[in-house]
Amino acid sequence: MGFFNRLKESLSKTRQGLVEKIENLITGRQVIDESLYEELEEALIGADVGVETSLELMETLRRRVKEQKLRDPARLKPLLQELITDELGTGDSSLNRGGPPTVILVVGVNGVGKTTTIGKLAYYYKTRGERVLLGAADTFRAAAIDQLEIWGRRVGVDVIKHREGSDPAAVAYDALQAARARKMDMLIIDTAGRLHTKSNLMEELKKIRRVLGRELSGAPHEVLLVLDATTGQNAISQARLFSEATGVTGIVLTKLDGTARGGVIIGIRRMLNIPVKFIGIGEGVEDLQPFNPQEFAAALFD
Amino acid sequence: MIFAGLAEKLQETFRRLKSKGRLTEADVDEAMKEVRRALLAADVNFQVVKSFVARVKERAVGQDVLSSLTPAQQVIKIVREELAGLMGGTQSKLNMAPKPPTVVMMVGLHGAGKTTTAAKLANLMRKQGRRPLLVACDVYRPAAIKQLQVLGEQLDIPVFSMGDRHTPVDIARAAVEHATRQGRDLVIIDTAGRLEINEEMMAELEELKAALRPHEILLVVDAMTGQVAVNIAETFNKRLGLDGVVLTKLDGDTRGGAALSIKAVTGCPIKFVGVGEKLDALEPFHPDRMADRILGMGDVLTLIEKAQASFDAEQVARLNKKIRSADFTLDDFLEQLQEVKKLGPIQQIISMLPGLGNMKKLKELGDIDDRELVYVEAIIRSMTPWERAHPHEINGSRRRRIARGSGTSVQKVNSVLKQFEQTRKMMRQLAEMGRGGKKGARLPRNLFPGKDNPLF
Repeated sequence: MGFFNRLKESLSKTRQGLVEKIENLITGRQVIDESLYEELEEALIGADVGVETSLELMETLRRRVKEQKLRDPARLKPLLQELITDELGTGDSSLNRGGPPTVILVVGVNGVGKTTTIGKLAYYYKTRGERVLLGAADTFRAAAIDQLEIWGRRVGVDVIKHREGSDPAAVAYDALQAARARKMDMLIIDTAGRLHTKSNLMEELKKIRRVLGRELSGAPHEVLLVLDATTGQNAISQARLFSEATGVTGIVLTKLDGTARGGVIIGIRRMLNIPVKFIGIGEGVEDLQPFNPQEFAAALFD
Repeated sequence: MIFAGLAEKLQETFRRLKSKGRLTEADVDEAMKEVRRALLAADVNFQVVKSFVARVKERAVGQDVLSSLTPAQQVIKIVREELAGLMGGTQSKLNMAPKPPTVVMMVGLHGAGKTTTAAKLANLMRKQGRRPLLVACDVYRPAAIKQLQVLGEQLDIPVFSMGDRHTPVDIARAAVEHATRQGRDLVIIDTAGRLEINEEMMAELEELKAALRPHEILLVVDAMTGQVAVNIAETFNKRLGLDGVVLTKLDGDTRGGAALSIKAVTGCPIKFVGVGEKLDALEPFHPDRMADRILGMGDVLTLIEKAQASFDAEQVARLNKKIRSADFTLDDFLEQLQEVKKLGPIQQIISMLPGLGNMKKLKELGDIDDRELVYVEAIIRSMTPWERAHPHEINGSRRRRIARGSGTSVQKVNSVLKQFEQTRKMMRQLAEMGRGGKKGARLPRNLFPGKDNPLF
């Protein structure tokens, strides 16, 4: 099964929760009135599109309806589809490259799936012929290094590590030296999960960033913030504070599979103003793929 | 920020209605729009919000506005009461088996924090006199077993594991037998994270439940979860029959509407909350405080409680008197620092203060390092009593001596003296404000030098 079909399948619940719900709300209605708008708004919010984005989508919808003097509720669905597709944007999801090696720093709060994402990213690029090295700079969480090593073995890439509790910036430094010596194309660095409100931990990230930038100009070339698709409005706060500390350049949205959580991606661009680069739609090693907005919209609506 | 805090918005909405003694339906409608947005922004499930708003409306319309309260406060009061009510009473006890061992099963999605919570719970229960055994049944995630083992080692609590080649049911069965033999009266089982729609994995939990007949099944939920929290909890509840919920990662800035939604929809009580990375950061759940948090009103109660528990009342009274008289010396400054230190990490204190959560200055405030206080203390302690009473007389040579004595630098001594001076200035202003009868945020005044103090 191709990725598009798996994407479609994993979005089936979102389709039920959002698209079909919109259809149900619209069918059988005679007029476009305030209560219909309100229910549509609730459908969007309920699909985790985000409060702000939902409210603005509805405002645009109201304005368009007025401008085009629409009366028939059935016309709302294609209009909403158009608005949502616009909202998803066109965007380019390819990674910023530099180096060599291209240095990718992976950050995020606890439990979003950073280590797993790195394993899958390594797999993605390795199967495309790149030489990838991993740096285990999550020296805080118990057994995080082991977890990354298991991934490294699975995928067949090396992991540079220190002992648990050592300085993450030192790990990053060594990993970069090793990546250069071994002529790697790409270095992906794992960091400890941290709540974005802990300023001392955010300082630690800044230090890793500084060390990398000093050793290789332009590094890290990509700072990927891993977001869990089950996260609600707090995603905004996470994106803002991580961006302030580390200059996030892209988002990886994980755990999109299965349940009705696809909606969150619609609001992300407006709320966070950072492009989504990869999405994770399953537990398999191949289930992390570059994000393609048009494909996503097609999988959602068609 | 989109949502500046419900209280302020409501205040604004009602300012126009000030003269009215009775709230009309239209007034309440207006206010409820803000309530609705605040709740949605806090990730409260939209269906829960809908019925909640309807109920509050019903209560608020036509109520006589008490003379002592403004309409805004009246509505907030109703909203708070209803919110706290929705979240149920305090219930932070586990169901205990009449005949030990008690078996507790931790379940949840990937990354919710099951393994860490299992260890924290074991630690908490040991403090209450139990003899816990941790069981590693996550045979899927790489290194999950190792993680539990490391945590167990840190806590000195035994961890039972059989590697990842056995089924969770076999491991758990053997663990309960092991616990019985070893006289362990509490078995805490860590299971693998799973999606609630993964049929195979959910069936595995049902099997585990049938085999073990656990006394308590706890769903571990990330407090940052959005609207889907309800679907997750509902499915787990339907399949397993949950006894309680543990909310994790509450030490971030999430409003935690997921908590409210889960309680409202499934009826499962929230028993514990995880509030930090340290293994003792698991606390009982307080519905009223959660209500305040969701409304953006800060966790004043927790702070007051903490302050009461750790402050020497007499000392505080004396200090307050000094503040008001503007007769504030470096000795008092030091004393005050020590009082504040007793409250816990400064960052935690700040997060509990209402209004500060939304302040632009929060970032600077958050940057305070508790270690800085140690330097300040050392510097003040290196001064003579005379110097402490006469900070203006501390000249260059004295500063050099103090720097040497405290193992710091002259710059550090200078900055402490500057901070002290600013604090004193502010104290004077506060004292004047107090005399002028102007009412501001009253709470922190006697606890802290003030939020504008560079030290805090």
